[in-house]
Amino acid sequence: MSEFFHMGGYALYVWLSYGLALVILVVNIIIPMQRRKKHIAMIKRRLRRTPAEK
Amino acid sequence: MWSFFHRLASPKHFYQFAGRLIPWLGWSTLVLFIIGIYLGLFVAPTDYQQGESYRIIYIHVPAAWMSMFVYMVMAISGGIGLIWKMKMADVVASSAAPLGAAFTILALVTGSLWGKPMWGTWWIWDARLTSELILLFLYLGFIALQSAIEDRRTAANACAVLALVGVVNIPIIHYSVEWWNTLHQGATVTRFDKPAMATSMLIPLLTMFLAFKLYFGLTLLMRARVEILERERDTTWMKEMITESGK
Repeated sequence: MSEFFHMGGYALYVWLSYGLALVILVVNIIIPMQRRKKHIAMIKRRLRRTPAEK
Repeated sequence: MWSFFHRLASPKHFYQFAGRLIPWLGWSTLVLFIIGIYLGLFVAPTDYQQGESYRIIYIHVPAAWMSMFVYMVMAISGGIGLIWKMKMADVVASSAAPLGAAFTILALVTGSLWGKPMWGTWWIWDARLTSELILLFLYLGFIALQSAIEDRRTAANACAVLALVGVVNIPIIHYSVEWWNTLHQGATVTRFDKPAMATSMLIPLLTMFLAFKLYFGLTLLMRARVEILERERDTTWMKEMITESGK
């Protein structure tokens, strides 16, 4: 197992690459999820303020 | 078939259709990434020249392919928006830009991390690397231009023109390794004869490529939905939908 993590001496380069990929891919999933929540909350707030208008 | 595409051009239908598609895309992307990474790190053999360092290929090459593919998606939908004034085309173009920039950064940094042990340098101003860096600047220019122009219509048109002009860079990136002498290796997969790569190394690469493709589809739909929420917040259908769903 430690041999696997060692990556034949290239551990730093290989794991930094995979780590960066993981960070970038996950961040781009989280950003739209959070923005979506924020926008829906905002639309709901505006709807509460003017409930009669349609 | 055509009526299906026509309906997708309406933000309301796009929003609902994307909402149904996202869970499926999400799970298949995850499964493909798990298979691809398993094959790439555990099953694919060690390279006789580059040792284990070559495993960076499974991130670097799909990211670089996607950086160009996303650019074409962005430019084509920008062009469609420019010609036919389609709302959804602008939404897709502006949702693609940050994703393309992310793929480009990933390709550049993993390339650098691969270049250091193999070439002995993090960076060199050769044709492939420089044209890929220009691609990043095109994406960043698109994003900056969009946020700099207040009026949405004007911004979309200006960005579409920028994206279309920048298309000239795509063949330059692709053929840079043939047109100029560069440190970067030539094409191994996209050749007319059979790929110059062992099948046991090629299958993980193609799996990762498919995973990246689906991932782009997934995040593009997610971003487009947020964009629709923002643009259509004052419309009746949006208010009704949010009132009805209660969430």
